Amino acid sequence: MSTVETVETRVEGRARDGVIGTSPVRPDGIAKVQGSFAFSSDLSAEGCLWGATLRSPHPYARIVRIDAGPAWRISGVEAVITADDVPGRLTYGLISQDQPVFASGHVRYVGEPVAAVAADHPETCRRALAAIVVEYEVLDPLLDPEVAVAGTRDPIHPDGNVLRHQRIICGDVDATGPIVVEGTYEIGMQDQAFLGLEAALAIPDPGGGGVELHIATQWLHEDRKQIAACLGLPETHVRLVLGGVGGAFGAREDISLQVHTCLLALRLSRPVRMQYSRAESFLGHVHRHPATVWMRHHATDDGVIVKVEARYVFDGGAYASTSSAVLLNAITHTQGPYRCPNAVVDGWAVRTNHLPCGAMRGFGVVQACFAHESQLDRLAEASGLDPVEVRLRNAIHTGDVLITGQVLESVAPVARCIRETAELPLPDEPIGGHDRDVMRLPGGAGRTADTGHIRRGIGWGVAMKNLMYSEGFDDYSTARCRLADGRATIKFATAEVGQGFVTIAVQIARTILGVDDVAIDVIDTAIGSAGSTSASRQTWMSGGAVDAACRAARERLFEHVGSVHGVDPLRLAIDGIDVVDTFPESGGPALRVPVAEASAGIDIDETVEYRHRPTEDLDENGQGNCHVAFAFVAHRAVVDVDPDLGLIKVIQVATAQDVGRALNPLSVLGQIEGGIAQGLGLAVMEEIIQIDGRIRNASFTDYLLPTMLDMPPVVATLVEEPDPQAPLGAKGVGEPPCISVTPAIVAAIRDALRQVDGVGKPLTRVPVRPADIAL
Amino acid sequence: MNEQYTLHVNGVDRAVTDAWLGENLLYVLRERLGLLAAKGACEQGECGSCSVLVDDRLVCSCLVLAASAVGRRILTVEGLAERGAPSDVQQAFVDTGAVQCGFCTPGLIVAAHALLDRSPDPSDLEIREELSGNVCRCTGYGRIIEAVQRVAVARRETPQEPS
Repeated sequence: MSTVETVETRVEGRARDGVIGTSPVRPDGIAKVQGSFAFSSDLSAEGCLWGATLRSPHPYARIVRIDAGPAWRISGVEAVITADDVPGRLTYGLISQDQPVFASGHVRYVGEPVAAVAADHPETCRRALAAIVVEYEVLDPLLDPEVAVAGTRDPIHPDGNVLRHQRIICGDVDATGPIVVEGTYEIGMQDQAFLGLEAALAIPDPGGGGVELHIATQWLHEDRKQIAACLGLPETHVRLVLGGVGGAFGAREDISLQVHTCLLALRLSRPVRMQYSRAESFLGHVHRHPATVWMRHHATDDGVIVKVEARYVFDGGAYASTSSAVLLNAITHTQGPYRCPNAVVDGWAVRTNHLPCGAMRGFGVVQACFAHESQLDRLAEASGLDPVEVRLRNAIHTGDVLITGQVLESVAPVARCIRETAELPLPDEPIGGHDRDVMRLPGGAGRTADTGHIRRGIGWGVAMKNLMYSEGFDDYSTARCRLADGRATIKFATAEVGQGFVTIAVQIARTILGVDDVAIDVIDTAIGSAGSTSASRQTWMSGGAVDAACRAARERLFEHVGSVHGVDPLRLAIDGIDVVDTFPESGGPALRVPVAEASAGIDIDETVEYRHRPTEDLDENGQGNCHVAFAFVAHRAVVDVDPDLGLIKVIQVATAQDVGRALNPLSVLGQIEGGIAQGLGLAVMEEIIQIDGRIRNASFTDYLLPTMLDMPPVVATLVEEPDPQAPLGAKGVGEPPCISVTPAIVAAIRDALRQVDGVGKPLTRVPVRPADIAL
Repeated sequence: MNEQYTLHVNGVDRAVTDAWLGENLLYVLRERLGLLAAKGACEQGECGSCSVLVDDRLVCSCLVLAASAVGRRILTVEGLAERGAPSDVQQAFVDTGAVQCGFCTPGLIVAAHALLDRSPDPSDLEIREELSGNVCRCTGYGRIIEAVQRVAVARRETPQEPS
């Protein structure tokens, strides 16, 4: 693809290999291709037992009685624990601690943990779980989020059925225009579906006074805080080490098996490992919120937005997780990347007896974007504009005021993203390809009704996404840099989940310090928090921390070199791999010392915390500087549609993304292509189906993920306008790719169907199912 | 749990002792023989993370009873490369950015070797079809396809024995 050539061309001509702006390979790459990289599920210890979890079969029930006796009688069973065995806090949670370690009293979703066992073999664990007797009084579940909003139902949890209600009132609430378009949009529940299932190894300290947990997580320190509280131990007695993480995408932000594994290990004074099955994983982590979004846009005759109105209902499931923050993100992104002077927005996140929902890549903005982009296409049609023109006409700019009253300070190349996407070449192959291979048709071999009926549509999506944590959260990251004998060692607690922070950390150190030999220390809680690997924040936050730590170390190095050579340290700089005097005395030889030589025999050690600027809570009218920064992206999708069978094939996705500055262009491309695959999944295939509160497709046979045949070529342009607020000029790039590609694909399907009968179908729900197209 | 049998893995006979006959090949490779490269991610043959070769046939080791592989040649990622150096496919995966979290990678490496040994010059569509049984959640597949194509080109330019 031209994309790759673009990236490689960009890399050529840079001064030094492996610095910022180049694309060195991952430091863990060889271990990963050889299979020697240790994922959390690969870890074991001498004398280790297996743990397993008993889960509720009911969406809502009262626990009458638990009898673990039959499980204890099975040979090989070493422990059975329930809520009675939790020594510390009985509940946990990221924002409010409303989720029990083990259910006691009531179970509130199918899959809620009730007990855990430890035994000598996974099969023994399975038999033990089956032997535990739990008597339930089954209750009527709350499954309709609108009932929770209405408040007509008794609380299913002591904290009530409303997780958050927040409105935004901006400008003239009565403003209107000659064009009014509205729609109600639905987004299904998506699973992160990381491949590396939940897994942990807990090793108790001799004497049982503490525990070491090897865990695949997104945020070691937040995990530690919640685990220690539930174990009734001081945080200093709970050490977390990052086990190799097989993808995350938001699903590892909450506690799953962490506390259970530690409890079993401490109870038995033996190492215990737990691993979820795929079916259990669907129950064991939070998902993307299913949502219903009503939106109405008012506009002038020439398609300029005057006002937006919206109402959001997010089904948070049984426990709070991050629902309140997800809702905030959704409602504050109602306007999308468009100017909007007036707004009336009402948002609800509510509790039901469905699976708990929380963080997934895009974090509320995915739901808002599907609605506002569908609306922009309706606005285009009503105003006689094409989809590109209506978006350009409304594109937001730096300095504009958002509907929260916050001034958009980030670099905002929205119009440029749209234009550069539009300039990318469309696919030159006809429907079915030049070789007329049926595998190129919707549905693949032998399933398509009539090639002549297939239509090709083009659709657009543009998104704005906040970066970092919002609403006054004290968001920071810590990094340590040691420099000795020409080698830099960087330490942080930043969860490497596959995104490649370890690669850019090395690049930053090489660039700042002028050393080629850079080692990454163990990622654990032996240093301060890095915050979460989420919210597209680690390049900015931990990148900022590594940058600051390396700069601090470099100052010490300059002081040392200055004293040795009798030069003012302020005159020294790094040039390539040398320390140089930038202001040499006239006539004298310019000082130039390799860093490896200059750092010989000294030991510099600097630890720095990096913070982004503070943010504020929203007031009751949704006004306040609640976000830190924003990134922008445009997507254009080309989709072939078989209207008879309702089958589709995505042919190409083009995108231009605002990345600030590409620290590692190849890694950025990886985020773009990977994010697009997940957005494609939400558009046309991925949905967790719950019927009567029970998940019906908890497997990769029934929950469909995009394969290599489903994923089209991606043509991408990186829009580089370094953001002066970002420590390295670089914006987070992880989330934007998955956000507006979903509405772009759906818009392309609508466009294709419009060609069939001149009308088409509204397709207001994702994922779009064959029946939505064909019937 | 007292079954005993021998598996021929990566060219070496390996004794499996005190096993339960119901264990699948993935479990025995990982838990009894300590060969951890093959990964379990779906447990029903949908994702390809556990791909290995049995008598040169690509299989999902989670679907194969370990005891049924007695007397057959089993090849895992650990047995692909000689003397610790990465194979051409492995190196290409690293170089092209085909690896992110890496959980799908060992299975994909085995599958890509099998594809290239069988079909040295695969078309884009052939690569997509042949590797569609290996799910990757991170990369969107673009760099993986690039890696396979790069190896195909390199092998054409520098002919070598199939691995």
